[in-house]
Amino acid sequence: MTTTTISNIRILSGAANCLIASLLLAGCGGKGGGTARKTTIQVKGSDTMVNVAQAWAEEYKKVSPGVAIEVSGGGSGVGIAALTKGTIDIATSSRNMKPEEIETAKKNTGKEPKEFIIGYDALGIYVHKDNPLTEITAEQIAQIYMEGGKVTKWSDIGVTIPGGAGDEIVRVSRQSSSGTYEFFREHILNKKDFKLGSRDMNGSKEVVDLVASTPTAIGYSGMGYNEPGKVKMLKVASKPGQPAVEPSVANTLDKSYPIARSLQVYSLGEPTGELKKYLEWSMSDAGQKILEACGYVPLPAAARTK
Amino acid sequence: MALPSLTGKSLRPARPLWAVCGEKMLELLIRFCGVSAIIFVLAIFFFVFKEAAPVLWSKNFNLTQFLCSPEWYPTSVSNVRYGVLALIVGTACVSGLAVFLAVPFSLGAAVFISEFCGPKLKEVLKIVIELLAAIPSVVWGFIGLTVTSKIVQQMTGAPVGVNILNGGIILALMCVPIIASISEDALKAVPDTYREAALALGATRWQIVYRVLLPAAKNGLLAAVLLGVGRAVGETMAVLMATGHAVNIPHGILDSVRTLTANIAAELGEAPAQSEHYRILFLTGILLFFITFVINVTADFVVRGIRQK
Repeated sequence: MTTTTISNIRILSGAANCLIASLLLAGCGGKGGGTARKTTIQVKGSDTMVNVAQAWAEEYKKVSPGVAIEVSGGGSGVGIAALTKGTIDIATSSRNMKPEEIETAKKNTGKEPKEFIIGYDALGIYVHKDNPLTEITAEQIAQIYMEGGKVTKWSDIGVTIPGGAGDEIVRVSRQSSSGTYEFFREHILNKKDFKLGSRDMNGSKEVVDLVASTPTAIGYSGMGYNEPGKVKMLKVASKPGQPAVEPSVANTLDKSYPIARSLQVYSLGEPTGELKKYLEWSMSDAGQKILEACGYVPLPAAARTK
Repeated sequence: MALPSLTGKSLRPARPLWAVCGEKMLELLIRFCGVSAIIFVLAIFFFVFKEAAPVLWSKNFNLTQFLCSPEWYPTSVSNVRYGVLALIVGTACVSGLAVFLAVPFSLGAAVFISEFCGPKLKEVLKIVIELLAAIPSVVWGFIGLTVTSKIVQQMTGAPVGVNILNGGIILALMCVPIIASISEDALKAVPDTYREAALALGATRWQIVYRVLLPAAKNGLLAAVLLGVGRAVGETMAVLMATGHAVNIPHGILDSVRTLTANIAAELGEAPAQSEHYRILFLTGILLFFITFVINVTADFVVRGIRQK
């Protein structure tokens, strides 16, 4: 009697397990239906930019109390995917939209995505604070991260990690929905693939956190996530023999830092009404000051809105 | 004189029409509730399969490569490869370790609660164990990411704290309440006459547990353990946060891995709908479905096999 009850329970919850797993699938696969309401602006996308998007949203409450701005991260790819389905108003992205994504957006929503560059970011190469390394070449980074790359130990590039923490390089990377991931792959790995076995973190901050707690780690993340005293950003030389350049605002603007990128937002069609006001505000002096305070590189004065 | 009640229909009190219909309706409703679980499972399987199916016939797809290659490059620019071997191994390692850690603890807890402790402590323990089962998995993941990973790193000297061991510990903690409470039910269900008979024969308490209760309750105990395995294989959020999320065939329990479930959760959001990557993720879902199905069916056969002996 009891055994039957128990095996029934088991079968039922086995089914429940499957149900949950599949509901997860079905739920993610379904198309969300929300559209823009009058006073809510939905922003989604880049984890690199989620800090500044949130700071903007909070500050904008004071500027225009009638407008609520909802910000979520997930990665540039997630934001762009949501924009192409028409479920959000603004996608933030640390990479450019691909032609096929623009096509999908046009097909689904009938509107062409419009791009606005709202700032710049230098991609920092982070190591643990005890790592004696101070500079690295782009080629060395590629050899560490690339599939088939030869550098797997710190001693391969002449570094000894103090404290006997080991020699194996712990590669910290991002999950594939990240714009930073794609930017890194395009500009450092030359569109080749990553070596398998890297720790693929969900967010920019998690990369820095993991590097901070792992003496043998190396990671890449936006320079806004630097935590001096816990991690160290390396100077990067574009080629061996050339001077290594520090990631800084000035070096990003004059393009001497080799792995810098623009940060952009996308809207569906020409923005109007509150959305337009918000975007203009974010590109104005007030908005750019917040962006700079978050650790990114602001637009040059000429590119700002008045 | 014939008895009218034997033949006369009119003597039987006729029920009103609404009562007859109502009963039929109710019966139908209950019947529907009974089979609805089957309908749901089949429907879900059908929809998941429908999403995944087109890729099976695509010429880029190779089932052997899918199952046997550890190379998972779904978004590669130059060479897209879908191999889930590393993910299967990751799932197996983390779940295996979790069950290995959880079974002795939870069976011990069940035996203690059902046989050794006093009624007051029993109530407290049961409530606490149920409370443990109520902790949301994302909270477990958070603990794995921030607390246990640091401990694991300090104790073992592993370069990274988020690894199989860390994920296994967190998952074991999640399985213990399930296995313990169901095992406890199974032990409680052994008739007291068994215990009395054993006592009368002069058995010690340990002998009663070992020689009488465990054999008598083994079906239920096995069911409890397999339920724990099911939980471990299907768990997503906690392992996503606690195992390091690295596509990697591990060489030891201090390596980071990625599991099938975590992979779906992390990548489905960005995979463009109807794309090959999207369909492959659904196929991974079917694979997961298949694994839990095999576990359940095996359990059924094992339990039935034991029952026949």
